[in-house]
Amino acid sequence: MNTGSLLQRGSFIELDARNRARALLDAGSMRELLDPFDRVRSPWLEMQGVAAQADDGVVVAKGTINRQPAVVLAIEGNYQGGSMGEVGGAKIASALALAAEDNRSGVPTCAVILFETGGVRLQEANLGLAAIAEIHAAIVDLRRYQSVVGIIAGTVGCYGGMSIAAGLCSDLIVTREARLGLNGPAVIEQEAGISEFDSRDRPFIWSFTGGEQRYLCGLADAYVHDDIREIRAAMAGFIARGAPARHRSELVDTFLAKLAQVDAGNQPTPDAIRALYKNGDAA
Amino acid sequence: MEKIFHQYPAGPSAARRALAGVVGSGDLEVLLEPNGNGMTTISISTSVNGKGPVWNALLDRIFTTGLLPAARIEINDCGATPGVVRMRIEQAFDEAGKP
Repeated sequence: MNTGSLLQRGSFIELDARNRARALLDAGSMRELLDPFDRVRSPWLEMQGVAAQADDGVVVAKGTINRQPAVVLAIEGNYQGGSMGEVGGAKIASALALAAEDNRSGVPTCAVILFETGGVRLQEANLGLAAIAEIHAAIVDLRRYQSVVGIIAGTVGCYGGMSIAAGLCSDLIVTREARLGLNGPAVIEQEAGISEFDSRDRPFIWSFTGGEQRYLCGLADAYVHDDIREIRAAMAGFIARGAPARHRSELVDTFLAKLAQVDAGNQPTPDAIRALYKNGDAA
Repeated sequence: MEKIFHQYPAGPSAARRALAGVVGSGDLEVLLEPNGNGMTTISISTSVNGKGPVWNALLDRIFTTGLLPAARIEINDCGATPGVVRMRIEQAFDEAGKP
């Protein structure tokens, strides 16, 4: 790695959600739907003593990607940990549903989701969970027509019900800073004990749930640097290719057969997990 | 959760709306919109209670020294320090004044 190439990079992670969406769309094509000044925000947070952000932490950006109609859904990780509440979840689910409607009426709208989320917003409980279920259904609907590209850049990562949404995407792009897992480290430690999972051991956490490991296990499709151009190129490549013939989430039997090989009595190593996913062999 | 409201005389209306910041720990969101009647209004929602006097002193300092463009300002605060508040308000005015 030389200094010159590092200086050429433009960090994607350092951008907020709105600027991430703008960086992925064709220059000048972005038009935001339900922007902060529309003030469609969570009605539940103020009752619980939490200041609500005017856009509920979700940016819905319409525009084009290489002149193809596109909608980018960007979650702001710095607001409430990128958690999904009723409003933000409905914004994502509705935008995906409208993109699918577009495709049914001949407009080839594709979608990109920027995951930066700990999952459901606990203050909104079932409403958040219902919204996440709607997002799942909408992804499965839209991906019949177009590639639905998920991007986990970091540094929040992607957890909970939204990790399932990431798993449903046609293609998933990760960086080294990304993390992807159903349960967050602190939850695993709380439930299984510190000997099973030490939530303060950062190298350990990334060695199992980090972007590189997820990519080498085949659970992500592109592993890129934190660089706007690299991320955009990977995303544009997946969109140009279109929806894959079979989605990863349809390979349930393959994954179950691999997981059946795991001896839960032993603490696995990251290498063993990679071998398991690659060869179906835990050795 | 506390709501605070302030109003100050101001110059001509701000040119356009602008947004600055995020409702994240130690930060705040400023939504600034043009206001025609020569007044600037500031509505604050903050998750930190009991800081009214600090807000009063800070806003007086920002809006009574020199005439800023008239604007309708909404602030959603998640425990920002006075320095961060001032920086975000100035950032919003800066954005609103850009050609």
